[in-house]
Amino acid sequence: MNAVVGTLTRFRDWVDARFPLMKTWNEHLAKYYAPKNFNFWYFFGSLALVVLVMQLLTGIWLTMNYKPDAGMAFGSVEYIMRDVNWGWLIRYMHSTGASAFFIVVYLHMFRALLYGSYKKPRELLWVIGMLIYLSLMAEAFFGYLLPWGQMSYWGAQVITSLFGAVPWIGNQLALWIRGDYVVSDVTLNRFFAFHVIALPLLLCALVFMHIIALHEVGSNNPDGIEIKKHKDANGVPLDGIPFHPYYTVKDMVGIVVFLMIFFGIICWGPQMGGYFLEDNNFFPANPLKTPAHIEPVWYFTPFYAILRAIPDKLAGVASMGSSVLMFFLLPWLDRGEVKSIRYRSFKYKSALTGFTISFLFLGWLGTQPPTPAHNWMARFFAIAYFLYFLLLPAYTTSDQHGTARLYKTGLRGLLWLIVAVFDGYYFWYLFSGVAVGLAHTLFVVGITLLAVLLEIGKFYSQEVNKPVPDRVTSP
Amino acid sequence: MIRFSSLLILLLAIYTPLCAAAEGGNLMHMETNLSNKASLRRGARTFVNYCLSCHSAEYMRFSRMGRDLGISDDVLRKNFMFGTDKVGDTMTVAMRSEDAKKFFGVAPPDLSVIARARGGADWLYTYLMSFYRDPSKATGVNNLLFPNVSMPDVLWELQGWQRPVYKEVKDESGKTVKQIDHLELEAQPDHKPKAYQGEDYKQTVHDLVNFLVYLGEPIKLKRYTIGGWIMFYLALLLIVVYLMKKEYWKDVH
Repeated sequence: MNAVVGTLTRFRDWVDARFPLMKTWNEHLAKYYAPKNFNFWYFFGSLALVVLVMQLLTGIWLTMNYKPDAGMAFGSVEYIMRDVNWGWLIRYMHSTGASAFFIVVYLHMFRALLYGSYKKPRELLWVIGMLIYLSLMAEAFFGYLLPWGQMSYWGAQVITSLFGAVPWIGNQLALWIRGDYVVSDVTLNRFFAFHVIALPLLLCALVFMHIIALHEVGSNNPDGIEIKKHKDANGVPLDGIPFHPYYTVKDMVGIVVFLMIFFGIICWGPQMGGYFLEDNNFFPANPLKTPAHIEPVWYFTPFYAILRAIPDKLAGVASMGSSVLMFFLLPWLDRGEVKSIRYRSFKYKSALTGFTISFLFLGWLGTQPPTPAHNWMARFFAIAYFLYFLLLPAYTTSDQHGTARLYKTGLRGLLWLIVAVFDGYYFWYLFSGVAVGLAHTLFVVGITLLAVLLEIGKFYSQEVNKPVPDRVTSP
Repeated sequence: MIRFSSLLILLLAIYTPLCAAAEGGNLMHMETNLSNKASLRRGARTFVNYCLSCHSAEYMRFSRMGRDLGISDDVLRKNFMFGTDKVGDTMTVAMRSEDAKKFFGVAPPDLSVIARARGGADWLYTYLMSFYRDPSKATGVNNLLFPNVSMPDVLWELQGWQRPVYKEVKDESGKTVKQIDHLELEAQPDHKPKAYQGEDYKQTVHDLVNFLVYLGEPIKLKRYTIGGWIMFYLALLLIVVYLMKKEYWKDVH
């Protein structure tokens, strides 16, 4: 036994003399001190990594049997589902994994909103994370074309045609992206290249940077207190514990629970009621037959609802784009001195609740047919969505002077301008005898009420935070 | 840990109705039962006799069906295969799609994954129950669920003919119009076909659709059971990793 250990130790030292093995191990695992009070929300970072690895591995095995050819793609997926040994499991792991990736990433991002993890000094960490999220959206979009079903085809058709809305160069741009006048075999081939090579490489590089950035600034925690402020004589944070073994063993519990849910879905309901795999996508792509109702997969629907809510194509595309880009600005829009929701003011808590409700509602609306009632609801929630970001500087500052004050006045003006335009439009409709729907009325009443509520909120404009303790508390 | 497990329960509670929330509408409902091998075999017989002459199922191999449903190669060759005698072949159809287009106006779609595309059994079951006589059509029949469908009523000799029963309803402008209320079987005349099944026709369609659901995803027969084994193994693993976590975290206060 001793001989074996001795040999292994000598081998480790041999490597260590030529490669920073122990240094890397210590910096990122054994001597990386994480706060001891991580709670439920802190499982999703390691889970995202697990899902990434799973998607890469199942993706490699799928690539061995998939044919990126308009005439064979649909059939090759069915071939994997039927004739390849365990092919069905690999395929379902990949298709369910795509949705699982977004669930995990959305929860991971929501954690950052709850505990202010994007705030100084973690701005860059957040921005890299957002770049991962954007790449993930692109990766999912390219991958969704590959089964070459009706939804694959028409979804790609809708999204690529959105680029046509760009002024002047739009149509040329859409043509350049598709490589054809419509989505075709050419498009399928290049999307395959993006999906299996370009974006996975980018994703891995960004994830590496995300982890390096995290280990540079250290992890946030549910109290939003920097553990590096209190260190012992050896420079070890008093409220920190080594990531390995403490969080490796804890994350394993999270991973096993995650896998139980994950494989439960795969074995007992991989279509997830049409949310993970859509019925319509089992019809092979047919360029001559447009489906009556085209909807993206659930993880894109909040943004899709914003796109559809706006009657003008260019304005719709611009709003959809900026609704995603808003997240990038969070570290600078949030002026609050306190990070964690535990010690934030009532105003911030209600704003975050409103934002969460708006996001979920928009997501639901994106799966529904675009009736007038749905469109007006989507408009209301889209305004609420944007207000969360735009008003953030206002309700996170207590400062009544200078730029903050100017900003607040400007925003109030903007909000009332929006209200005036929509209300004026409504009354103009009403008096010129055009039939006005109930949904339209509700929207106008809703948005006016929202503005009035925010005005009332102005009287309570001092941010009242709870006192933040010096050291971390419970999970 | 309590919070964690309550979330798990919550997730499951949300998940169950999600699965049940398939499209409702005016579809007839049919319970599929993939563990009933006899039903699947009867469905397979109907499928190869009545469907496979125009429709293909080009992603399905005869041998796979034989293995899954317990049909020997000899029986397969004798009673299930009419275009080929290689059990490893897929279920293709001899009719060329250009010809089919000329005959029917559209080429009959491949049926390999039709049950998945139609969101399960109910649509197919309703469709096969909804043919009725309509002399204005080239095929002599129409379908209540899929109006002006090009497919003839190939199962007529099993079911007999149905005719529409009209009711009078007022349309938006207040005019009285006739609308089909339901279908009823015509009284069977003397030239009743030999294969006529009467009420048993429902069972035949049930078996056929049951088979189509199997055809859409053959692994469905096994993945429910495989899921149980995965859960069993993961549950054991969960106990081990949870105890390990507890042990390591003893000294964290």
